[in-house]
Amino acid sequence: MAMKFSKKNFTDRTKDNISDDFMRQAVASAQERLHGRRLDAAEELGNWEEWRSHGEEIRQHVLENLDFYLHQLSENVAERGGHVFFAKTAEEASDYVRDVVKKKDGKKVVKSKSMVTEEINLNAVLEEAGCEVIETDLGEYILQVDDHDPPSHIVAPALHKNREQIREVFEGKLDYHKTSKPEELALHAREKLRQEFLDADIGITGCNFAIAETGSISLVTNEGNARLVSALPKTQITVMGMERVVPSFEEFEVLVSLLTRSAVGQKLTSYVTALTGPRDEGDVDGPEEFHLVIVDNGRSEILGTEFQSVLQCIRCAACVNVCPVYRHIGGHSYGSIYSGPIGAVLSPLLGGYDDFKELPFASTLCGACTDACPVKIPLHELLHTHRRIIVEEEGRSPISERLAMKAFGIGAASNPLYSMGSKVASTAMKPLTKNDRISKGPGPLKDWTDLREFPAVGNTRFRDWFYDQKGGK
Amino acid sequence: MGGTIQNRDAFLGTIAAQLGREPKMKVEKPIWKHQPQRTVLAGASLDELLEVLRVQCEQIHTDIVETTKESLPVALDEVVKAYGGGPISLWKDGRFGEYGLSGLLEAKWPSQQIEVNSWDPSLGEKNIELAEQANIGITFSDMTLAESGTVVLFSSADKGRSVSLLPTHYIALIPKSTLVPRITQASDMIREKLNNGEQVPSCINFITGPSNSADIEMNLVIGVHGPVKATYIVIEDC
Repeated sequence: MAMKFSKKNFTDRTKDNISDDFMRQAVASAQERLHGRRLDAAEELGNWEEWRSHGEEIRQHVLENLDFYLHQLSENVAERGGHVFFAKTAEEASDYVRDVVKKKDGKKVVKSKSMVTEEINLNAVLEEAGCEVIETDLGEYILQVDDHDPPSHIVAPALHKNREQIREVFEGKLDYHKTSKPEELALHAREKLRQEFLDADIGITGCNFAIAETGSISLVTNEGNARLVSALPKTQITVMGMERVVPSFEEFEVLVSLLTRSAVGQKLTSYVTALTGPRDEGDVDGPEEFHLVIVDNGRSEILGTEFQSVLQCIRCAACVNVCPVYRHIGGHSYGSIYSGPIGAVLSPLLGGYDDFKELPFASTLCGACTDACPVKIPLHELLHTHRRIIVEEEGRSPISERLAMKAFGIGAASNPLYSMGSKVASTAMKPLTKNDRISKGPGPLKDWTDLREFPAVGNTRFRDWFYDQKGGK
Repeated sequence: MGGTIQNRDAFLGTIAAQLGREPKMKVEKPIWKHQPQRTVLAGASLDELLEVLRVQCEQIHTDIVETTKESLPVALDEVVKAYGGGPISLWKDGRFGEYGLSGLLEAKWPSQQIEVNSWDPSLGEKNIELAEQANIGITFSDMTLAESGTVVLFSSADKGRSVSLLPTHYIALIPKSTLVPRITQASDMIREKLNNGEQVPSCINFITGPSNSADIEMNLVIGVHGPVKATYIVIEDC
């Protein structure tokens, strides 16, 4: 699926999700678990802030020198016999992958989890070309089997589904006849997918980090599916966002440590795999042919701007797991494969304000995301920057807000107007007031009072109250 | 070796332009201001590292068995029997002989109808098939990370990736001398090889216990696509 997966507008998406009680409870409990595990993992180290600072300095250095490290990476991949394709756009990237698959006469493609392949709409392109494409991460597999339900979390894509729903999907689509116990469901997926791994002729992976010095790519998983995807098919194609590079193994291990701790509270996940080129001469398993596709798709336009730091992201979702807004509206409300605070910053940059201008406003700017980020991206500040640009430079704030601000501007600039306005406010709002509360507000107040009450305008003006307090002086 | 690179110059030129400068052909890596990874378990003895590993094994749902070189054949036999016997898939690795396991692998198990298949590059794809049908895969650990409970495996022609991946159960043989504090030391070792003119193997696996997933309602399920159970056998060798 492409980055944007919903035609509904933000308000409707949010309304749908906020009334989904299971989803909200699932998200709340997942947030608590993941957040708790991350805190434990950080505390255990004793000097988490220093780790964050190190993560930040590495990522900043890479972004400042990104052309150099990508050059070095591509040289080393080619030296080991791999093919590197630099793709400016999503179309260039997915077309290249499709052409490789066609050339190899590939019929069956197994994939391990990759956000960037979602971004470039790869599955649809390959399916159109007549390939069978199978997602092998358990969460992604569940979503794919359920008629391509979109992911709702970067790390745990099927978070919004309960076991009974998953059982029903498996029963309907995979001839499954057992209970909704996660163990039995997972075993069924293991058995179904094992044969697919063995039969597939193409393996497609994402890339957590690419290592410039050695020309390696790395995959961080718990299930082992990325290992199977990269060990069994004859051709491997790895797709990476261009910012996902590190100088050497020295920095790689630090970022992996930050990633696994921040994402799931593990010191390392079950499998961290560093792959260099295709199989070596004499190797029996591993791909005979290896392709690395490095994707820009709007990233370079972020470089050199006030949003550059968002490219430091290592996709751990720690920000998602602490966000009070995500907790209530869930991942699908964002309408983008990138949800939560990182999604609210990144989606408008990669997908444009036309589709995603509401997202930066769906935040309390509480800053929990910034505190949680293992590479110190100032997420809430970037959200604020988006708002400023949307309002000041793009002039895209809602009409009711613009009118209200304009009226306030006129009123506040003139002393007699302000004085009169603030005097009559209490009387003017009286018809709407009940027990000192306004529950059905007009115009711009309506969005607020749809969800909660608004306090009635006081009978005494602050100015008068202040004047009285000072004893009329 | 004949790899290819397409569209690079324009792509990197755009990046440099966005950064407001000419493309860079040389960059010195800075001396990092922070290096917290170097202080983790710094100066810990092998015994201390082993204790850390023991505790971590509980976290990663992995059984740990400690033995001497002399008792290794008995210890390994017990774990294999507990996992239900063969077929067994192995690396072709001189260390099995060095650690006194030849008798077990070549005589005892075959006499008990436990099928043992050593990785053999000349058999080609057949190796993968055998590993896929195996009940147990056994490899040595090239380096063992105490902090995370991780075995590091360097693949080669004789050491297929499939042995630690496709069988239902996985046993790692861990000479105690391979223990280091954490992944930092493994990265140092890889870079040292590189500086000595060696190339990194096509596949390095950092394996931490059996495969697992929490994708269904955040419930931890042990055993998904890789092995469903794992045992580490630590061998006193120093």
